[in-house]
Amino acid sequence: MIGHALPEFILALGILAMLLLGALGGEKRAWLVTELAIGVLGLALVACLFQPSGATVLFNGLLVDDAFGRFMKALSLVGSIATLLMAMAWFRRRGLDQYEFPVLVCLATLGMMILISADNLMALYLGLELMSLALYVIAAYARADARASEAGLKYFVLGALSSGLLLYGASLIYGFAGTLGFAGIAAELQGPASLGIIFGLTFLMAGLAFKMSVVPFHMWTPDVYEGAPTPVTAFFASAPKIAAIAITLRLVSVAFPGISGEWRQIIIFMSVASMALGAFGAIGQTNIKRLMAYSSIGHMGFALVGLAAGTAQGVEGVMLYMTIYLVMTLGTFAAIIAMEIKGQAVENIADLAGLSSTNFPMAFFLAMMMFSLAGIPPLAGFFAKWYVFVAAIHAGLYVMAVLGVLASAVAAFYYLRIVKVMFFDAAGASFDRASLTLRSLLAGAGVLVMVFWVWPGPVVAVTHHAARALMQGQKP
Amino acid sequence: MTPAVVFFYIFASVLCLAAFMVITARNPVHSVMFLILAFVASSGLFLLIGAEFLAMLLVVVYVGAVAVLFLFVVMMLDVDFAELKQGFLQYLPIGALIGGLVVIELVLVVGGFIATPSGGGHVQTPTPAAASNVMALGEVLYTRYFYLFQAAGFVLLTAMVGAIVLTLHHKPGVKRQNIAAQNARTRAGAIDIVKVPSGRGLEAAE
Repeated sequence: MIGHALPEFILALGILAMLLLGALGGEKRAWLVTELAIGVLGLALVACLFQPSGATVLFNGLLVDDAFGRFMKALSLVGSIATLLMAMAWFRRRGLDQYEFPVLVCLATLGMMILISADNLMALYLGLELMSLALYVIAAYARADARASEAGLKYFVLGALSSGLLLYGASLIYGFAGTLGFAGIAAELQGPASLGIIFGLTFLMAGLAFKMSVVPFHMWTPDVYEGAPTPVTAFFASAPKIAAIAITLRLVSVAFPGISGEWRQIIIFMSVASMALGAFGAIGQTNIKRLMAYSSIGHMGFALVGLAAGTAQGVEGVMLYMTIYLVMTLGTFAAIIAMEIKGQAVENIADLAGLSSTNFPMAFFLAMMMFSLAGIPPLAGFFAKWYVFVAAIHAGLYVMAVLGVLASAVAAFYYLRIVKVMFFDAAGASFDRASLTLRSLLAGAGVLVMVFWVWPGPVVAVTHHAARALMQGQKP
Repeated sequence: MTPAVVFFYIFASVLCLAAFMVITARNPVHSVMFLILAFVASSGLFLLIGAEFLAMLLVVVYVGAVAVLFLFVVMMLDVDFAELKQGFLQYLPIGALIGGLVVIELVLVVGGFIATPSGGGHVQTPTPAAASNVMALGEVLYTRYFYLFQAAGFVLLTAMVGAIVLTLHHKPGVKRQNIAAQNARTRAGAIDIVKVPSGRGLEAAE
């Protein structure tokens, strides 16, 4: 039975070991603790991938281990590992290499795992809070930097507000459904839902939308992304979003399948608004981290198109979208972290001018990332959008699909602008030589994005199976 | 009158009196003392209805920790309570409004409980029939919700690590006590015997 929660156990024990090692060894052990953290996360990833198939409910219905959860957990773990790999050298150069950073990243990841496999509103809340609390701290991790402190405070205040909304929704649902378990709520919701349940559902969705950073709960995203240290921004844009979208998928398709009409309205609105804001908000940005913030809002909107369809095909589309989004985001941020001139990090788009003549491989792979983010075939980003839009069209959401494609066309403008700046503008100061880790992460992500169309079979098969399993569980 | 009823009236009247004194006492320290009396009296009431664990918890947590914290705040901080009490009449309508709302809520809650004592049939963890308070609580907290208990522990651990990361500064210029270095000092390294010629002072000897 314990085997089904093995990744969580490995991570929890690993965190305690890391804390002990760090506390006894002091600041000198920061590098060792980071390596240990990467090892523990890798071990959890292996445990996650090799778990027995099928769905098992553990701890009296608080945690469920199923194919969907395993897939999303594996994605979050990959995001965390890549973050630590990118962050190690970056923090060391700035004298910020304390051992607490990897510990906090692991704590956030543990929160994500609890969140992704939650089968009960209480487990959902605790997972969310564990994840968020660690994220607030690492947003303000560079405490000498006023912008980082501002980012941390802003994220904390708004995040606390969103937790309040979520808890209010959960209490309403408990009051009207009489149970906190997802399956129990679904069983209570036969026939038309009462107003209280719909109220509670709306508040729950608002709380989760904060974590996914979708419109209208996106306002923190640009400021926090810009202010936080760049590796932390890379983390924010990757792993927590996957956890938040995973629990949203699970919540609505396991606990609220009976009132899919109600939540689909909410998702459709959030999705269309996010796509539009992501496309138009990013146009005027000069800071690449801010631009990536708007880009991530837009991408969350695209991913939710699949959920709006409300079918297994849609869920499969969202899972595929998040996989490809993770690869693209990590690749892009590896390039952004590598943007350093004489040891000073630069983050303006203008600093990329003429990159193709000073550092052609970096310019080429970053251009591939941008083309993929814009959704240009045959790169992976195109297939991600393809799967969610096909699901939306099969569900009859034609207007939404058309709006999405239009937003995607607008968004292509600012991605292509970066490519134009890199390839056709006069060269400025050249960047420092990036570390091998960053170069290989960028190149690896670039190659994955380029060759996805050759052999998409394995990923598609896994997502297909996991999405069917998730949706089957709910329909008796 | 059974002894339980007698004790109920004793505890209840002490509680009401103490609660009244909390808000009317002139000296804030007396207020806190009356608050402690109110806690003790209400824990007696809990004992009477058979909630012995809650009674002990009230004494341990509220008297032992919260009230002591209040006392610290009242005694350490120079708060001018006379100034705080000014404008009492001015804010009376708002206070009365909030008080009225609380009364209405109490009536609704108690009324609902009287109408359906079982809570409408939906109780996440019903009270077991033949188990003491402590056993029932332990069953829920450490067995049924063991997973959440551990997760909550990790949330607290995160809060602690986070607070230390964000606030603990090791400034280089600050002198700190190094006990090992203190203990390792010997007479040879610490004491310098100086012959001072009479009438010429210490400066001449160096």
